[in-house]
Amino acid sequence: MNAPNKSGWKPTMPAGTDGKFGGPATTTGNKALMLEEALIFEIGTTETTGVDLPDVDDSAPSRLGKFARTDEIGLPGLSEPQTVRHYTRLSRQNYGIDLGFFPLGSCTMKHNPRLNEKVARMPGFADVHPLQPVDTVRGALGVINELAQWLIKLTGMHGVAMSPKAGAHGELCGILCIRAALEARGNAREVVLVPESAHGTNPATAAFAGYRVENIPATEGGRVDLEALKARLGPDVAAVMITNPNTCGLFEPDMRAISDAVHEAGGFVYCDGANFNAIVGRVRPGDLGVDAMHINLHKTFSTPHGGGGPGSGPVVLSEALSPFGPLPYTARTADGVVHLVEEESAEEFAKEHFGGPLQHFGRMTAFHGQMGMYTRALTYMLSHGADGLKQVAEDAVLNANYILRAMEDVLHAPYADSGPCMHEALFGDAGFEGGLSTLDLAKGLIDEGFHPMTVYFPLVVHGAMLVEPTETESKAAIDQFITAFRSVAERAKAGDESLKAAPYYAPRSRLDETMAARKPHLGFIDPE
Amino acid sequence: MARYFTDEHEWIDVEGDTATVGITDYAQEQLGDIVFVELPEVGATVDKGGDAAVVESVKAASDVYAPITGEVVEGNASLEDDPALVNTSPEEDGWFFKMTIGDKSELDGLMDAKAYEAFVAEL
Repeated sequence: MNAPNKSGWKPTMPAGTDGKFGGPATTTGNKALMLEEALIFEIGTTETTGVDLPDVDDSAPSRLGKFARTDEIGLPGLSEPQTVRHYTRLSRQNYGIDLGFFPLGSCTMKHNPRLNEKVARMPGFADVHPLQPVDTVRGALGVINELAQWLIKLTGMHGVAMSPKAGAHGELCGILCIRAALEARGNAREVVLVPESAHGTNPATAAFAGYRVENIPATEGGRVDLEALKARLGPDVAAVMITNPNTCGLFEPDMRAISDAVHEAGGFVYCDGANFNAIVGRVRPGDLGVDAMHINLHKTFSTPHGGGGPGSGPVVLSEALSPFGPLPYTARTADGVVHLVEEESAEEFAKEHFGGPLQHFGRMTAFHGQMGMYTRALTYMLSHGADGLKQVAEDAVLNANYILRAMEDVLHAPYADSGPCMHEALFGDAGFEGGLSTLDLAKGLIDEGFHPMTVYFPLVVHGAMLVEPTETESKAAIDQFITAFRSVAERAKAGDESLKAAPYYAPRSRLDETMAARKPHLGFIDPE
Repeated sequence: MARYFTDEHEWIDVEGDTATVGITDYAQEQLGDIVFVELPEVGATVDKGGDAAVVESVKAASDVYAPITGEVVEGNASLEDDPALVNTSPEEDGWFFKMTIGDKSELDGLMDAKAYEAFVAEL
């Protein structure tokens, strides 16, 4: 292994008697400068306060009446340095994309360029309020409009609904557009077809929009069964929801044929665009006959996982669906002014500039969408340029294939023979011994210093492991990951019992994830 | 004692006026390692086809539906500490709950072991 820092200091942690890393126990429970952090209720006291508030003017009568609090509130008070240290120490126990490799499949955990952050923090973008007079935010509206144009260009589509807040919200927006378009034809239809290889949110979206969901099987090779799909199409099918590239990490080469067949049967094609990173700049979904597709700005265009905040899932629409998109939208008129089109102006605006009535289905959000994502995504696009975005897709796909081929002799790779993968490599748990599971392997990776991949998804592969390196990682970083991944995989196949209790070296060892979700302790109970 | 099956992969044992409900071996196999079971409260009324329990595996959380209408009289307390019983003994020790039988005729639409076996073979 190409061990880092060959001649320098190494962290040594001799094994203790309990099998955990050791040396003598410390009095405090701290391990050198890794501190065992107390709860905030244990650090602070109700007698202390870190803020100096002005005296309350109680000359005005209270209108709270019987709702006025009479008991102590019991919140712990801390000084500013205590507070800063508490949260900084906690943050050191966290792991993020700024710390290392984050191969979470289907999440596109790419590096978030600092330039994005600089632009997003500019006061003209960061400090605007959605209820400000439109004339004071034309620059921000211009950004939304510019981004909208870029999304249309990159996807080869006709229009875009910018306001949806994330992937599943975008799916709902797309299916509601389809429903509105079908209703305008006089029949909303009843069924949405969802292939097995689609994202799990797709059937939920279709059901939420009032459709009955039917599955379309996958072929042995992990792709949509075109013949089965064609056989099921008919006058009751409103739409087909396809994830492309799909959750097996494969491109659907029959996409154009699928779209043509669906259109012939009078239905629409929804494409889940969560995996757009693999094809951005290389394939335009509009050319594949897609009618609606959401784009996770917080995946393909950086700010992974929405930077901890909400994401953004604009939906690009075909010419047939564009008139049915939700309000509000931005539009630049011939005079160069960017308008925000809301309910009160929609009719008139459409008549004047589009020469026809609007058939929008309503709104998806109270306001215009996720400004922080818009500025970051547009910065990302403009700083990469067309050539840069193309290379994003190429490098993401190359990195995933490098991992697939480096692992396939150790781990079961069910679709390794289906040709190259796209941006993610998929493995299964076949061949693990001693009752060891995918979960055990994932926990073992934590000890090796890597965030685990997505596990147990997609469902079509037993004990699935979905690895998405993104274009962010260098060959050296990926080589280190592969070395670690191979070693843990070999331990799982050898039935290495010690994996069952991993991780040993994380701030917390194996947690009961089920109970943490099902019966969480959310309140502080003073043991005294 | 007669055992019936639903197309949602529950089994139901009928003994006198009481029925015992669980999920089938096929269902546990599909779900994978089961880590949590949420049972209905004793005294709750469940409707045929309605949500009765939740079973969570490492893969997914799924609803378990009431095969018939009736009142829940007992939950399998062993599942609280050892949900993996559903994997090791789905059709015996890993039962979910016992219930009264509101309407015997509702049993008519269910499958017997042979029909269920054929149903699963088709999947």
